[in-house]
Amino acid sequence: MKYIKQLAIIVLVCFAGELVRYIVPLPVPGSIWGLVLMFILLVTGVIKLEKVEKTADFLVDCMPIMFVPGGVGLMRSWSTLKSMLPAAICSIVLVTPFVMLVTGKVTQKLIDRGDR
Amino acid sequence: MKELFASASFAGAALTMLCFFIGSSIKDKFKSQVFNPILIAIITIITFLLITGIDYDTYNSGAKYISWFLTPATVSLAIPLYRQIERLKNNVFAILAGIFSGVVASAVGILALAVVFSLSHPEYVTLLPKSITSAIGMGVADELGGFSTITVPVIIITGIFGNITASAVLNFFKITNPIAKGLAIGTASHGTGTARAIELGEVEGAMSGLSIAVAGLMTVIVAQVFALLH
Repeated sequence: MKYIKQLAIIVLVCFAGELVRYIVPLPVPGSIWGLVLMFILLVTGVIKLEKVEKTADFLVDCMPIMFVPGGVGLMRSWSTLKSMLPAAICSIVLVTPFVMLVTGKVTQKLIDRGDR
Repeated sequence: MKELFASASFAGAALTMLCFFIGSSIKDKFKSQVFNPILIAIITIITFLLITGIDYDTYNSGAKYISWFLTPATVSLAIPLYRQIERLKNNVFAILAGIFSGVVASAVGILALAVVFSLSHPEYVTLLPKSITSAIGMGVADELGGFSTITVPVIIITGIFGNITASAVLNFFKITNPIAKGLAIGTASHGTGTARAIELGEVEGAMSGLSIAVAGLMTVIVAQVFALLH
């Protein structure tokens, strides 16, 4: 029963996230609103950590495989992607590490400064 | 084979799990990020579908139940994040500034490419949200007049690329602080990158999960501004 109760809470928050999406006119999916809601519910103490922890950790642990079906969907995108392939490839290969560099360095510098 | 696949409701899910398991075994054996289980599974399944002539919709009629869990899993990212609440409170300025700088860096990078490749405005805004989670990115591209059918595959490949290269890139640039590592991965490569950050550690995973939401929401606004520039 423990796992079912925990899963029930998580699924209810998913649905609450979809409700927020329905109301707020931004291109933000229910999953992101659900993440924000779950975090608020934990911080305010409405949901206790141990009431969702076990199932949440299991779901997070399984996360990598959940990206596979969407990735297989790339086989259908080839014909549309082809039209701007050079720019798309450069945006992936150059911009992705650039974003990692900037985010990582800025955060690291600011944290180091705060420690002093 | 085609008929079997079309009539069996577990075929797509079973194939996905089997191929992911093969990918994990290969990675464990060679202990290298080049052999990424997500990438191996995707390539193996696409190859299998092309050889057997099974179309994506038939595969996905079973595999979609695996994708379905992505929403509860994303919501569950709030749990590791909550466990890091003290770290979050103590570094809230550094965290928000770090993610914001990454969101702007992504937009600046795409703007530079748009100039270099002389992209049209719709092509430019198609790539603008490429670093964030696909559901937000798709909405942003649509809203700004881009081709979201191109945005989504670019986002997916960005995630896989980030997942594979994260450790090497962070080592190369000497980014060692676990908070900085997590934010860098999540801001550059959303959920698929986060799957890698979780493997690096609890702090990295939590911070990467946070970046999916914060970078996504910040991009909604930053992309509007950058759309005016080209």
